[in-house]
Amino acid sequence: MSDIEIIQEKCVGCELCVLACPFAAITIVENLAIIDYDRCTLCGACVSSCNFEAIVLRKEKKEEISPETYKGVWVFAEQKKGKIQSVTYELLGEGKKLADTLQVELSAILLGYQMEQEAQNLIKRGADKVYLVDSPFLKDYLDEPYAVIVTDLIQGYKPEIFLCGATVIGRSLIPKVAVKLKTGLTADCTGLAIEEERRLLLQTRPAFGGNIMATIICSNHRPQMATVRHKVMKEAPLNPEHEGEIIRKEFSQTKFVSRTKLLDIVEEITSTVNLAEADIIVSGGRGLKAPENFKLIEELAKVLKGAVGASRAAVDAGWIPYSHQVGQTGKTVCPKLYIACGISGAIQHLVGMQSSECIVAINKDQNAPIFKVATFGIVGDLFEVVPALTKKFSELLK
Amino acid sequence: MQIIVCIKQVPDTTEVKIDPKTNTLVREGVPSIINPFDMYAIEEGLRLREKVGGKVTVLSMGPLQVVDSLKEAISMGVDSAVLLSDRAFAGADTLATSYTLSVGIRKIGQFDLIICGKQAIDGDTAQVGPGIAELLDIPQVAFVKKIEEITEKSARVQRMTEEGYEVIETPLPALFTVVKEINEPRLPSLKGKIRAKNYQPQIWASKDLEVETKRIGLDGSPTQVIKVFTPPPKMGGEILKGETTEIVEKVASALRERQIV
Ligand SMILES: Cc1cc2nc3c(=O)[nH]c(=O)nc-3n(C[C@H](O)[C@H](O)[C@H](O)COP(=O)(O)OP(=O)(O)OC[C@H]3O[C@@H](n4cnc5c(N)ncnc54)[C@H](O)[C@@H]3O)c2cc1C
Ligand SMILES: Nc1ncnc2c1ncn2[C@@H]1O[C@H](COP(=O)(O)O)[C@@H](O)[C@H]1O
Repeated sequence: MSDIEIIQEKCVGCELCVLACPFAAITIVENLAIIDYDRCTLCGACVSSCNFEAIVLRKEKKEEISPETYKGVWVFAEQKKGKIQSVTYELLGEGKKLADTLQVELSAILLGYQMEQEAQNLIKRGADKVYLVDSPFLKDYLDEPYAVIVTDLIQGYKPEIFLCGATVIGRSLIPKVAVKLKTGLTADCTGLAIEEERRLLLQTRPAFGGNIMATIICSNHRPQMATVRHKVMKEAPLNPEHEGEIIRKEFSQTKFVSRTKLLDIVEEITSTVNLAEADIIVSGGRGLKAPENFKLIEELAKVLKGAVGASRAAVDAGWIPYSHQVGQTGKTVCPKLYIACGISGAIQHLVGMQSSECIVAINKDQNAPIFKVATFGIVGDLFEVVPALTKKFSELLK
Repeated sequence: MQIIVCIKQVPDTTEVKIDPKTNTLVREGVPSIINPFDMYAIEEGLRLREKVGGKVTVLSMGPLQVVDSLKEAISMGVDSAVLLSDRAFAGADTLATSYTLSVGIRKIGQFDLIICGKQAIDGDTAQVGPGIAELLDIPQVAFVKKIEEITEKSARVQRMTEEGYEVIETPLPALFTVVKEINEPRLPSLKGKIRAKNYQPQIWASKDLEVETKRIGLDGSPTQVIKVFTPPPKMGGEILKGETTEIVEKVASALRERQIV
């Protein structure tokens, strides 16, 4: 069993480890660091912080795989209703950088029905190879056949890195695949990089409700798998000249079996576009005071051709359905422009929107925390400012 | 119907603060709570029991202090609670956690439905539920927002998607992960609180379970955290005050310039 220990003779009680520990598991008692084993998760953050080599993390030797037998970067091409989802192009954009650093090919795998044309589009977005599994049984996403086929392909071709969007589909599918392959999976990454020496994927993601960031590696297992947050990475540019190969893969009927049955697909977000996909979002909070005032938000959103978001306070008050909620318990969004109207900026709201490219906040309280993340903070009454913005933009965008 | 609800004890991330001097997480005095999403899982278990009869068991893996959270679940009306607790489980990533919980579930024995929260608010991974389903080889539906119909043999549920929802039918036993929209968790009852006071959950250590030691805790975890840091505080941008027309003019042209609108 692995374990961690403080070497008492070396510890000087300097507190560096106390600061480094993300789990508040270390205290200094009489000039010695003491680990609270109930809190410690053996993450090792303290080990690297210690200047005196006073902390040792003993790890059981793991079974070594041979990483060099795994090569290439793969992305899972998500499709809905036969259309590649934009998150896939973001994965190709990021995957390309990783593949170039590693000097390997970038491939996409695509499951669906009658997807030949879309497979070509993946090549135009930089895929060197597209593994295409085309079957009426795969027309819509189903956990079981998708997981079986993706696992089969990975076992056959052994990519070293596998990326997937941190979407509803991605977050249902990839944990199953990772378990089948008994490899590591890092969820919802917002940063990826390569440590070239060991060809390791450095996967950075927020944790603790966005309060901290963690960089995670998977050194002894392959592939290194990650789901990547939508709208964080740049889309791969369209290059009609780029050439690649489509490799069709056939599978026997037994692989298409699904115990669950998809009976219906219902689209609900009617008034405006899908929040996660929207380039512009106008959100309202408790500052709106009453449900009918959401009209102001809708009008501005309409002029900007954006979507309508909301804080939890507005949702809980019953002013707008939950599907519009942005934040920790709602949706994570990353539009080009996020306009927050009458939202204070509680941490649970911020984690859902703070990676937006440009944030405009309107709040009458100049100390509201939303201003800490705002690109443009407007201190003022939203009942004046929002209609004025609507008017201005409707003139500008006529 | 035998229902198992997996719950995790997490630090209340809403209470987590960053020490402005050291730029590190202050966890002193941060209360531990049941993962909010798991509250919906408990509530749904209780509602199903009220509808079709049966028993609800909560299961958790973590240090002994998790007993408090299990008691809270008991006070809400859950029938029994099991804690998997051992130093050997420490340092588990989602693979090792899913494995350990799946072995715990096998030991509990009979079940028709397993309910997990959509994700835990400390790690936000949403991986453990699907991981358990895979290890137990049962069907899963992730992100369930409504159970439309349920019998001893099958269920029809709504699964939340980016655009709306899907209606999915699954045979039981199965595993669901649930989202906030599914219900409103109840408060503990007085009767429940009294029962919780003297209730002692089952506690199983590694030796009580048929676990392969290579697959638990840090040793069973392929992923490894190598660095933890606080995100650089976002630069507050420009603060605009004064005449509305002027401000609006300024913002509009700035957005235009940046080609955002
Ligand atoms: C576990 C947990 C999860 C949560 N998840 C989420 C989540 O996913 N999303 C989320 O949003 N919240 C979430 N919350 C809630 C969060 O903590 C806040 O309570 C919530 O975001 C507050 O919403 P608000 O900003 O609209 O309301 P308030 O905090 O009440 O802010 C209203 C703001 O409007 C301003 N205002 C009032 N009148 C005017 C006016 N006329 N003109 C301009 N400004 C005005 C006020 O100055 C104030 O700043 C969560 C909380 C918990 C505990
Ligand atoms: N240590 C644990 N004990 C019990 N259940 C857990 C544990 N970790 C995760 N879960 C369950 O898995 C869900 C998803 O957690 P996560 O994958 O960590 O985001 C949670 O909502 C719980 O239902």
